[in-house]
Amino acid sequence: MATTTTATEAMSEKKSNRDLVQAKLAKRHRSETTFRAVGLGAILIGIALVFVLFGSILYKGVPAFWQATLHLEINFDPEVIDIDPRPVQQPGQSAAEHLDNVNAWIRGLRRARFDRLVQSAIAAEIPAAGDPSETRNVYGLVNANARYELAALVEADPSIIGTTVPVALVANENVDTWLKGNIDRDLPQRMQQLSPEQQEWADALYDRGVIEMNFASSIFTNVDSRSSGATAGLLGAMVGSVMMMLIVMTVAVPVGVMAAIYLEEFAPKNRLTDLIEVNINNLAAVPSIVFGLLGAAVFINFLGLPLSAPLVGGLVLSLMTLPTVIIASRAALRAVPPSIRQAALGIGASPTQAMFHHTLPLAVPGMLTGAIIGVAQALGETAPLLLIGMNAFVASVPSTPLDQASALPVQIYLWQGNENRNFFESRTAAAILVLLGVMITLNALAILMRHRFERRW
Amino acid sequence: MAAVDTAVEAPKTKNPHAHNRFATIRRPDPVARETKIEAKDVSVIYGTKEAVHGVSIDIPAQAVTAFIGPSGCGKSTFLRCFNRMNDTIPGCRVLGQLNMDGEDLNDHALDVVLLRARVGMVFQKPNPFPKSIYENIVYGPRIHGLASKKADLDEIVERSLARAGLWNEVKDRLHEPGTGLSGGQQQRLCIARAIAVSPEVILMDEPCSALDPIATGTVEELIHELKQNYTIIIVTHSMSQAQRVSDRTAYFHLGDLVEEGPTKTIFEDPQEPRTKDYISGVFG
Repeated sequence: MATTTTATEAMSEKKSNRDLVQAKLAKRHRSETTFRAVGLGAILIGIALVFVLFGSILYKGVPAFWQATLHLEINFDPEVIDIDPRPVQQPGQSAAEHLDNVNAWIRGLRRARFDRLVQSAIAAEIPAAGDPSETRNVYGLVNANARYELAALVEADPSIIGTTVPVALVANENVDTWLKGNIDRDLPQRMQQLSPEQQEWADALYDRGVIEMNFASSIFTNVDSRSSGATAGLLGAMVGSVMMMLIVMTVAVPVGVMAAIYLEEFAPKNRLTDLIEVNINNLAAVPSIVFGLLGAAVFINFLGLPLSAPLVGGLVLSLMTLPTVIIASRAALRAVPPSIRQAALGIGASPTQAMFHHTLPLAVPGMLTGAIIGVAQALGETAPLLLIGMNAFVASVPSTPLDQASALPVQIYLWQGNENRNFFESRTAAAILVLLGVMITLNALAILMRHRFERRW
Repeated sequence: MAAVDTAVEAPKTKNPHAHNRFATIRRPDPVARETKIEAKDVSVIYGTKEAVHGVSIDIPAQAVTAFIGPSGCGKSTFLRCFNRMNDTIPGCRVLGQLNMDGEDLNDHALDVVLLRARVGMVFQKPNPFPKSIYENIVYGPRIHGLASKKADLDEIVERSLARAGLWNEVKDRLHEPGTGLSGGQQQRLCIARAIAVSPEVILMDEPCSALDPIATGTVEELIHELKQNYTIIIVTHSMSQAQRVSDRTAYFHLGDLVEEGPTKTIFEDPQEPRTKDYISGVFG
């Protein structure tokens, strides 16, 4: 007691407590301000980076949704399309024979010189383009599939032969690039993609309003194409991705939730469950490409499932998503106050009843969030899909999960590497926007469902 | 460790943990009471640590028995033996016998779901389900199949809430969430939920520790009324509460039952020095 008093007295002789605190105060405030400034700076840098990222994607991608389109008055000249009437099934003719005849007729139709029709339609605007030696050059203004589009019109309604019909044809990808200024117009001619005449005609048609920038519906309605970049679309990849997401939702979510419920609520706490828990956490950190190797080895080599199939992709992504779903679901279950569980048990509910009547409903919103994060992760995953052959060029829409298909992120990867950089750079950005759109829709759905489940309480 | 192993093999009646470290002082009751539950040498072991040492006590029917004692004395642990809530704690084992109407509650062949329908529990913190008041009450009767028709359930809700003294306060908002009530009302809702399944015994684990004095008073009055129909065991930290509500008091100290008897006797004339110190506030 005595020593304490002397110590206090000695201190008060030198400096009072107030002075001691005061002396340090400025430094403490300074470090506080510094810390806040650093934190704020970190957030600002983060926001700036997000703006740069989204800004560049939007800047590149949004114009790609509007594409140069030629609005031409096509005269289906019977002299150019010199073809017999569509064959009709004769009495006594078998269905197979008839089909053969129709197919031969269609093949003949497709051989017709539709490029000449396009040329004469353009020549109506620019007489110089009408020279017969320029056909190839003029046809180069429209996309390479234009002849098939025109053939399809005739096939659908042969009576249009001899009439003039307004037709919208998507311009060649290089015309689109030229008109949007995505290529330097001052480059020497040997480095240009369009011939000098094509450049001149494209500008002239654009000035006259024959070429307009229209919404590029082909992005959503067409599959990928190598021959006609201008009409290459995402439909196949979108359907592939949707199929895989459905597989992930039906495999990873129920399995993950049930595993989480069992591990969290019913499993005995022993060395085995500890081991399982550690391994689930480790699996969540395994690089996704390893899951691709596993999928290739197990699903393709061992089980003999087809390459590039959404089924295999979906299963691989399910394996990858499973740890995320389990961890999130367990966290959601753990967040339910134990008092609720005790209340239910105390009134005589069996452990399963306590689980399904009380704990699970309270954990559902958290579980949903985890599931959606997992599914969104799977949606954006590319690496494992490359290893099971989903980077193949697939120009068809899969009708079953066993058909060959692509996926949105893989399609982005493929377009990113396309040799026609000037055109596909913006197409890639557009595909990224579609992917982000799908993801935002998924998340919005999750939030909606969360609210629905939360409102019930 | 060896002692634990033998405990598993030995029959429960010969509990090697029943090392009655101190002979429990039992004070005679002037009133003859019918015994509802008879605990014989009950020990509770968490892993390797023994929390309750061979406690023997008779719980009288239609009366309030209070367990008092300093924190960590094992009174709540002992209480949870009566409805086997200790089963939910991993690594927790209960040895000894608990006979309710001649049936051993600690028999592992006994169905705990049935037991908990007969022995209800009210917890320390009010824990209504995050559902409507109505749903809170009917949950028990519904899962036990006591009633399924709307009219029967309505009647159970009204009767339970009325017994818990809550009917007049909530009858117009039965379908509002139970979590929207005040703390005291929530605890009475929990009591109503427990009596909705018409249990024989109600266990209360410090039911008023989260309540203000006014709410505490209401709950205590309720306990007083409930003992006409139910056997009640209450764990409390408040000695004045034990005196107000209980007929018999048991004093626990470090896992031992030190002294038990009629509440009046225990408080007015404690014999064991530790009981004396605790109730006079020397420690606790």
